[in-house]
Amino acid sequence: MDKNETSKNKILIVEDEATLQKTLTEILIQNDYNVLNALDGLRGLEIAQKEKPDLILLDIILPKMDGFEVLKRLKKDENTSSIPVIILTNLSDASDIQKTLDLGATTYLVKADFHLEDVLKKIEETLNI
Amino acid sequence: MTRKNTNKFSFAGYGNHRLKLWQCPSFLFALMGIINIASMLGVYIIVSKYDFPELVIVSVSVVSILIFVIGGAVIKNVEKITEVSRMKSEFISIVSHQLKAPLAGMRWSADILLSDKLGDLNDKQEEYLRDVQENTTRIIRLVNDLLDISRIESGRMNMNIQEIGLKEVVEDALKEFNSFAKANNVKLTADIGENINKVKTDPVRIKLVVHNFIDNAIKYADNKKGVVEVCLKNKDENVSCSVTDNGVGISKKEQKRVFDKFFRGGNVVEKQTIGTGLGLFIAKAAIESSKGEIGFSSKEGQGSTFWFMLPSV
Repeated sequence: MDKNETSKNKILIVEDEATLQKTLTEILIQNDYNVLNALDGLRGLEIAQKEKPDLILLDIILPKMDGFEVLKRLKKDENTSSIPVIILTNLSDASDIQKTLDLGATTYLVKADFHLEDVLKKIEETLNI
Repeated sequence: MTRKNTNKFSFAGYGNHRLKLWQCPSFLFALMGIINIASMLGVYIIVSKYDFPELVIVSVSVVSILIFVIGGAVIKNVEKITEVSRMKSEFISIVSHQLKAPLAGMRWSADILLSDKLGDLNDKQEEYLRDVQENTTRIIRLVNDLLDISRIESGRMNMNIQEIGLKEVVEDALKEFNSFAKANNVKLTADIGENINKVKTDPVRIKLVVHNFIDNAIKYADNKKGVVEVCLKNKDENVSCSVTDNGVGISKKEQKRVFDKFFRGGNVVEKQTIGTGLGLFIAKAAIESSKGEIGFSSKEGQGSTFWFMLPSV
């Protein structure tokens, strides 16, 4: 079991909407991932620096520090710059999408436009599973 | 369902902004013109009849002040209208984002329950849960359409222009609509030319335009012997795509409003209650932002042909 725990991919979810955070956590645990949760941007950044997850799911509109700033700081810090970041938000303006991609996000998903299984597929693709 | 086009420069159009007649810039502008002409005539009469230069100066000053005041009112009211329109767009945008979060929550919660990971559902439970999911999807689509409208109106529609082949888009759409056509007793046929040139457009948007055309054509085709033909051809410097049905058609009176937002044909509303009247409005904006042309021809009772053309690469 212990060996299993360490070989599991570790995913950090930075999301303040309770239902979305709960459903994401549920499906990721069901699919054998280790899940870490942060309900605001600042906490998300701290956990990312401390735990160095394999992948980060990052919302944009967040309390304390918005997703753009979190992403900027993650990519600036050499300890976290190589962690792939999937932006998971409901903002869908072309300018927002471009801004996160310019800041180094791996991909951008508009939450309401995707089913949970599609999000899972994107995570697997990004982790190369 | 009947909305007036607010883009027209008319007094009536300002009714939509809840402005009184004396607040309408176009009315004030006309008034200013009339005062200007009348005062010039007045000054001419005064000068020709009396020998009072002071009177001329006083009348010119009074008229100038009047014109200044009315001009100020025109500017103020134009600003007010611009502000109202900006607030409307902002309102739609904020509401849409706020709506999307709970909608995503509903969709994902239903996804979890339907994934069987939390235990098996019986058939009835699954059926109702799928209804929840379908309806959620419908609201999400509507919210996305409204967001698109607010973007189109503020001139910042999302377009991800790429070089693509329309043949694949049309063939995929035909496959997807096959069973829907059968369920509606419609014979769906295609006439796809050879070596179709590539075009530059947003692949997601153009797919929605083709889907919108075929979906409308099937829905409104003849009830018993429905026929829908999709045609794709190189035409001069363009690639042209058209969808023809043998359905209810659009009355002459309604034809000029077909691409207006929220427009739905009278005979169509009787037949099909589902629909927002946003699809063609968005389609027009998408085609025009790809430097293309969109249009239709229709005869009531005989059917319609909707087409678009995009410049070949």
